[in-house]
Parts: sequence; C-alpha cells; structure tokens
Amino acid sequence: MQSTNAKSKMNCQRRKFIGRAGAAAAMLTLAPGVRLVDLALARPADEPASDKVRWGMLVDATKCAQGCTECVDACNEEFGLEGMGRPKTDAQYIRKIDLKDKTTGKRYSLPMLCQHCETAPCVDVCPTGASFRRVDGIVLVDKHICIGCRYCMMACPFKARSFIHENLTNQVPEAPRGKGTVESCTFCVHRVDRDREPACVEACTRAGHEALVFGDMNDPGSGLSQRLRELPNRQIRADLGLNSGVRYHGV
Amino acid sequence: MRSVRYQTLAGQSGGYWILLAVLAVLVAMGYAAAHYMEVNGHYVTGMSNQIVWGTPHVFAVFLIVAASGALNTASISSVFGKSDYKSLARLSALLSVALLVGGLIVLVLDLGRPERLIVAMTYYNFKSIFAWNIFLYIGFLLVVAIYLWMMFEPRMNKFGKSAGTVAFIWRFVLTTGTGSIFGFLVARQAYDAAIMAPLFIIMSLSFGTAIFLLVLIAAFEWTGRPLDDDILRRLKNLLAIFVSAVLYMTLAYHLTNLYATEHHGVERFILLDGGVYTTMFWLFQVILGGVVPLVILFSPTLSRTRGALIAASILVVIGGLAQVYVIIIGAQAFPLVLFPGMEENSTFFDGAVNSYTPSAPEILLGIGGIALALLIAVVAMRVLPFLPERLGEQPSATSEPVAAEAAAG
Ligand code: SF4
Ligand code: SF4
Repeated sequence: MQSTNAKSKMNCQRRKFIGRAGAAAAMLTLAPGVRLVDLALARPADEPASDKVRWGMLVDATKCAQGCTECVDACNEEFGLEGMGRPKTDAQYIRKIDLKDKTTGKRYSLPMLCQHCETAPCVDVCPTGASFRRVDGIVLVDKHICIGCRYCMMACPFKARSFIHENLTNQVPEAPRGKGTVESCTFCVHRVDRDREPACVEACTRAGHEALVFGDMNDPGSGLSQRLRELPNRQIRADLGLNSGVRYHGV
Repeated sequence: MRSVRYQTLAGQSGGYWILLAVLAVLVAMGYAAAHYMEVNGHYVTGMSNQIVWGTPHVFAVFLIVAASGALNTASISSVFGKSDYKSLARLSALLSVALLVGGLIVLVLDLGRPERLIVAMTYYNFKSIFAWNIFLYIGFLLVVAIYLWMMFEPRMNKFGKSAGTVAFIWRFVLTTGTGSIFGFLVARQAYDAAIMAPLFIIMSLSFGTAIFLLVLIAAFEWTGRPLDDDILRRLKNLLAIFVSAVLYMTLAYHLTNLYATEHHGVERFILLDGGVYTTMFWLFQVILGGVVPLVILFSPTLSRTRGALIAASILVVIGGLAQVYVIIIGAQAFPLVLFPGMEENSTFFDGAVNSYTPSAPEILLGIGGIALALLIAVVAMRVLPFLPERLGEQPSATSEPVAAEAAAG
C-alpha cells in the first residue's frame, strides 16, 4: 500500500480528471481491510488522461499460438485473479477462444477481453454511472459506486465482465477488488498511466509471439497505428457499431 | 350513484392470524436467504458469470409487471368511468403498490451490494434505462399513494379521476420501461425485438388481473363478504382477453424473430431443442399458462364455477412465471455469437449453452417477495377500509360489451 499522502494526492487528481463526484464514495470500504482508493491511478499530477489519446490494441490471430495462455496467466497474476476451482463463477478478464470454421475446418486461436468500446453498451446501461469510459478510451468500473446489478454484464456483447461471487483474500494493492461488484479488463490502466504496456501484451512479446500490439490509435506515428494501417483488421461484432478499441487481424 | 360502504377486516378470526404468521415466516425466510447470499457471495446461488440474472430476477420482474396490471381494475373505474368496478378500485390500487414493493425488494436484495441502495438513489446515469426505472418505480408508488388518498378522503374524491388518470398513464410508461430493460440489450439475440415493450404491457394486464381475481375471491370468501357473480364474470372475460393477447403477442414475437435469419439459432433453442427452456415454454407458458386457462375461461359451464376461475387464475400465474423465466434465463442460456459461422470454445463457456439450476436461497428470496406483497395487502386491509362490505346488487348493464373494457385496460 502506498502512503496516505500519495493516496490522497492521487485521489484529488483522479477526481479532477474523471470529473465525477466520487469524494464520498471514495471513503467506502470495499471489503474488510481493503480500502479501494485508486482504481484508475492518475498519471503524474501535471498530466491528466488526455482525450487526444485513444488507447487500443491489435490482436494478430495469425501469430497467436494454439494452446498458449501467456497473456491470460500474466493477467491473472497482475490482478491477483485466483481461481476458486469454480469455473462458472471465477473471474476472467482475458480468455483464450479457440475457433473452428464450420465450413472449411480452419482453426484459429485468439484472446478475448474487454474491447474498450467507444459507444460502450455497459456504460450506457449502468444505472449509477459506475461503468465509465475515460477520455483516453479505457472503460472501467468504479467499484465504489457499482451496486452489483449486473446490467452491464447483460449488455456486454463480448461477455467481457465478471461478477465477484465471493469474499476475496490476497488482493493485489494496485488493483483492489470487492465481492458483489463487477470488474473487467482495465487495459492495465495502472501501468498505462506510468507508460508501461499492459501485462498481457508484455507477456506475449516476452514469449516471442508478438501477437498483441498496444498503443495510441489516435497517434498516426504509434506502432499500433502503423500495424493497423498495414494489416487488414476488423472489429468483432462490428454490426453493433461500437467502434471497439481492440481490433483483430487474421480471423 | 349509491354509495359503497367499506370495512376493515375484522380481526377476531384465527384464520387471519394464521395467514399473517405464514406470510411473515415466508418473508423472514426470504430475508434470511438474501442475507446468506450477501454474506457468502453469490457463488452459493445458481448464478454465474454466464447467467447473471437468475431466479430472483424472474420473481422480481414478474411482480413488477403484475403490479402495473393489478391497477387495471382501478383504471377502468376511474379513467373510463365504469362504476361497477369503482368499489374495487381501492383494492386494485393497494394490490399494485404491494406487488411493486415486493418485486423491488427482491430486486434490491439480489444486488451484489444491496447496502449501496443509497448509491443507486444518488448517482444517476441518465442514459441508463435502469436508472429511469428507479424513477418510474418510486414515482408509481407516490402516484398510486396519492390516488388512494383521493379515494379515501371524501373531500378529495373529486380529484380521484385525475389522479387515476395519472396513475393509468404512469403504469404504461412503467411497464414499457421494464420491457425496455430487455429491449436495450441488442447484443442478446433473444431481446433484439421491438415487440418487447408491448409484450410486457400485455403480460402485465394478464398476470395482474389473475392475481387480482385470486386476492379478490380469497378476501371476500374468507371474510364472508357477499361477492356477486356478475363482477367475477366481467373480470373473467377480461382475463380471457388478456391471456389470448399474451399468446398472440408471443406468437408475433417469435415470428418476427424467425424472420431475421441471424436469430434462427436462439429461436430453435427456445422452441425446439433448448431442453428445460423448451419445456417451460411449451408446457408451462403456452399450454398450462395459456391454452388451458382459455379453455376454462371460455367454457360456458366451467367458467361459471368459482373453483374453475381460481384454477385458471393460478395457471395464468404459473404460466407467467414460466414466461418470465424463459425470457430472462432462457435468453442467457443461449450463447452469445461472437464469430458467426465458427465453432467457439473457451474456458469461459463461449459457444456453449450455459447451464443454470435455481438454488434454494434464490427460490426462497423470490417466494419471500410474493409473501411480502401479500403481507402488505393483508395488513393494509386490516388497518384501513379497502374492502367494500359487499359487491353486487347494483343494477348493471350486463350486456355491456367486454371489448370496450379490455380496450380500457
Ligand atoms: S467489451 Fe463489454 S465491458 Fe468492454 S467496453 Fe465493450 S461493452 Fe463494456
Ligand atoms: S453491475 Fe455495477 S458497473 Fe455493472 S451496471 Fe450495475 S452498477 Fe454498473
């Protein structure tokens, strides 16, 4: 845990850029012993999240290896997602989907995660505004005001969200979680705000697959933008017009 | 017009206290179940990350939908000036408030964080139909409370019609709002239909009328109040029309869905090979909850007996619960299609039909909600004069076309 000073400073900053009246909620206790202070850590005080940026990701399914779960494992470790041995209720921020074309029999393997939709259905339906989209395109759940109604889970076309079904122990300080609320991939906002890549991307690169590219979609010079220009790619469920932040190549 | 005399329930009878005790125990069990779920987390229920709305939602939505329909009798009397129904308007309004409260409590207690209800009341996302519904529900309770006050307070009687009209409009908006909760979930194949809202309105009329009939008969028979068959006959005809309309709208819903090729999968699932959901649909919703009641209600001999009328109403309630079950849980059991034309496989059950088994706590919570609604009604009838001393013996035009009344609903 960080010092109280740093925490309150970040809280201030966070309130500023999220622009919501979260002050009272920030006092709430998430779970016994865990005080959720900063779901979305601020960037350095002089640099709020910017709407010039749109964080995004390219999944290159041609490079994603069948049976490989490096990204999933890294995510589970980053967020302390420990399975309870109950697959139906265990949280998964990122999962591997194996596909088989019903006609040709061709197989694909790719990770599925929150697509950080621009017009996010989860944000639209959330009654309290707990589901929100940062100006830089990252979709998050403010766990102080999530009431656990699960409407966002009903609305998400990608099953990207998990509901916390039990009391949790051994939480990771950087990403506190709480029973009875909903959570999903945060694009590792706590890393991104410190100019680091999401854990899954790092792990995939480390393993030598390089199937995941992360970056700023709005910056034509970013590695992501270049790859998006070079490779044909698409959005999953493009018919819904979500302008998702995660694009897929090779499927 | 002859004035109607209302009476509170006389409290000497042991039956009343037994009824009260039974309902109180059921309510307590429902609350205990909710507490158990909250302390342990929802893994003790049947819900999962695939089926996120379970049995409590079925009961809650059923009650909320029925609440608006239960007000129908009051609406007919005040908005459309049918004086025969007037003496039942208080009971009708009471029942609608009670059912709504019962449904809302179940909904709230099934939240992941029920103690944050205050958050839900103070933070609003105005784009969310759910948030709008919170306003609609609270507003409905207020409007009906005022309406009741106008009916109880002789000096205010003259405003009864206006208050009734407001309540009448409000309940349509409310049911539309409830139906739209599902209508907005475009990613779910089963809900991708504009017909959702009107379907919910007609369901509300059917469920609400059935419950109203049951409570009416019970309240009058158990307190020895004379109940004229004429009013029952009218309500019976209304119910028959509403049940037919629900069947018709269900047909229309599935036909529209079948028209869209991409929805054939989910249609096949519900109608043909969805296992328990297919059974629920055909056996409980369509046959037991629709066809059988219609046979009873339209049969000239059967429909004259009170027992048959009670049976038909109970069947409509059971069929209604089954219908909401299929709508809410059946739709989630069918997998989301992310990659059309591909077989999907994952650790998160992509591409697989999701299984769901209701757990005891969820069922108890749902039943607790029904019990709470009845408890509120039973206590209120004891405290305030909701029930007329007798029904009937007023000269009434028996040849009145029923269709006009139905349209009024
Ligand atoms: S993928 Fe789902 S959870 Fe993520 S932004 Fe889109 S709707 Fe929301
Ligand atoms: S579960 Fe939480 S984040 Fe999701 S819609 Fe409900 S309040 Fe919003």
